[in-house]
Amino acid sequence: MIAQALPRNFPKLAAIWAVLLLAPYWMPLVGGYTALATNVLVFGLAAMALNFLLGFTGVLSFGHAAYFGLGAYGAGLILKYVYSSTFLAVAAGVALGTVAGALLGALIVRRRGVYFAMCTIAFGQVFYYIAFQWSSFTGGDDGLRPFQRAPISLGLWTIDILTNQLAFYYFVLAFFAIGTAAMAFLLRSPFGRTLLAIRENERRARFLGVPTERHIWLSFTVSCCFISLAGAMNGLVNNFANPRMLDYNQSGQIVIMAVLGGMRSFWGPLIGAAVFVTLQDYLSSQTNNWQSFLGMVFVLSVLFFPRGILGIRLSMASLKSGWAQLASLLGSPRKDAA
Amino acid sequence: MNLLEVRNVSKTFGSLVAVSEVSLNVAPGELRAVIGPNGAGKTTFFNMISGFFPPSAGTIVFDGADVTPLPAYRRVEIGMGRTFQITEIFPELTVFENIRIAAEVAAGYRLRAWIGRQEASEIKGRVDEILSLAGIASKADRLVGELAHGDQRAAEIGMALALKPRLLLLDEPTAGMGDQETYEITNLIRRLHRDSNYTIVLIEHDMRVVFHLADRITVLDQGRLLAEGTPSEIAANEAVQAAYLGKAA
Repeated sequence: MIAQALPRNFPKLAAIWAVLLLAPYWMPLVGGYTALATNVLVFGLAAMALNFLLGFTGVLSFGHAAYFGLGAYGAGLILKYVYSSTFLAVAAGVALGTVAGALLGALIVRRRGVYFAMCTIAFGQVFYYIAFQWSSFTGGDDGLRPFQRAPISLGLWTIDILTNQLAFYYFVLAFFAIGTAAMAFLLRSPFGRTLLAIRENERRARFLGVPTERHIWLSFTVSCCFISLAGAMNGLVNNFANPRMLDYNQSGQIVIMAVLGGMRSFWGPLIGAAVFVTLQDYLSSQTNNWQSFLGMVFVLSVLFFPRGILGIRLSMASLKSGWAQLASLLGSPRKDAA
Repeated sequence: MNLLEVRNVSKTFGSLVAVSEVSLNVAPGELRAVIGPNGAGKTTFFNMISGFFPPSAGTIVFDGADVTPLPAYRRVEIGMGRTFQITEIFPELTVFENIRIAAEVAAGYRLRAWIGRQEASEIKGRVDEILSLAGIASKADRLVGELAHGDQRAAEIGMALALKPRLLLLDEPTAGMGDQETYEITNLIRRLHRDSNYTIVLIEHDMRVVFHLADRITVLDQGRLLAEGTPSEIAANEAVQAAYLGKAA
């Protein structure tokens, strides 16, 4: 299957990876900087992990920031209290997020739709309050500090990922590659196809002999695993973890990234994250109200491109329906409402 | 021995008695139609057989084993495949992918993160076989959601066939179809029954279809078993005529 599919996708994949591999070199030319590219990778991986569940299993979690944040706290706690090893920190962050996701996922996979989303928010907030209240261990509202990512030693060589932004970018890119490759691999497998089946029609999937709740749980756990990898990266980026990384606000932002980029597309959430993180970076340097502007961008994109940036089909029909919805949203009187 | 034995099943929803003490025996290779006026409890009866919900009382025996407590997906695993009155498909996937998912689940690959070339080509062979059996091979690469109703139903029956069922449960296979589509689906069901020797239980409203296809007919009325027999016996049965035409029995 993979051998057959590779040639068809090859140009697109080559382009994506060329852009990512060369990002530190072309970003400065368009006014960006390497750390911004690193942030795009981190949130891109987070949004793609969320989208494994949202776009490819058809289940919306509004509490995924909890597992993102647990990844960061897991990494930070190891570096602060246990041992100065970056790889151990990443492993601990992923383990913490994945185990928490697996346990809580088991409690909520019987819920559907908005009830599922509400349960994910509620359980997500539990971790927010733990991080917020347990000051002696997590640093509470001030966040977890101080900790520092450690240089990576490869026998004779030591790679300084702490001060060398370029080296750190490629370190994050390597984990991004592992995460996205693993998710793509799963989605091309028979297991991945059962998830698509659940997204398309859960009842039909159940009557094909798929225990859908177990598969949704597995998908939830996989999704938590990779979003906690992104979270661990985020902890390393800032050498810092704070409770707001875990709360529903952050969850909402990750959902926005996935929807903005296009949740039916594997790479869409990466595009969404790139747009979101870049706009956030620019707008927050201009105004404290950056969230209002980002929110407007999101509303407009949902009205005009409901399938996200990668799902854009420019046509008069989509423009017209976008305008019509915008007009009704702004409360202009309708002809039929006499 | 009977392949399917339904013994005195009942289903109540609160105070509503939807099905009351209905029994049914289906022999291997038989095509059984279940008919009845609207509200007779046909779909409820069917849902209990397929495991969509458990009966309030009674037992269901499939191939000698009591399957009453088994959930739907376990019944599918032991050979009870079903289709729905409202076509249940994966609309945004192609016909090929729809049936491949079913074939992979049937082969026990549902948790596999990887399948080898050999296994993948066996699956593909199986899917191609089903596509031609169901008469939709030329539409393999179309999205199912874009097909005509009759072809969607054929794809759905194809998905059920991919599960290698020993019993095929069809819930109103020609519901909402025009004459031409009804004719094609009727032909497909007859091929499955006569040529491929499937055991089939179907619910159907269209009497032409029922009398054309069925070996035996079970008639339900107001949740109870009204009559059972060959098509000619049922056609001559006065109680059945009364139930359908509303005469006092």
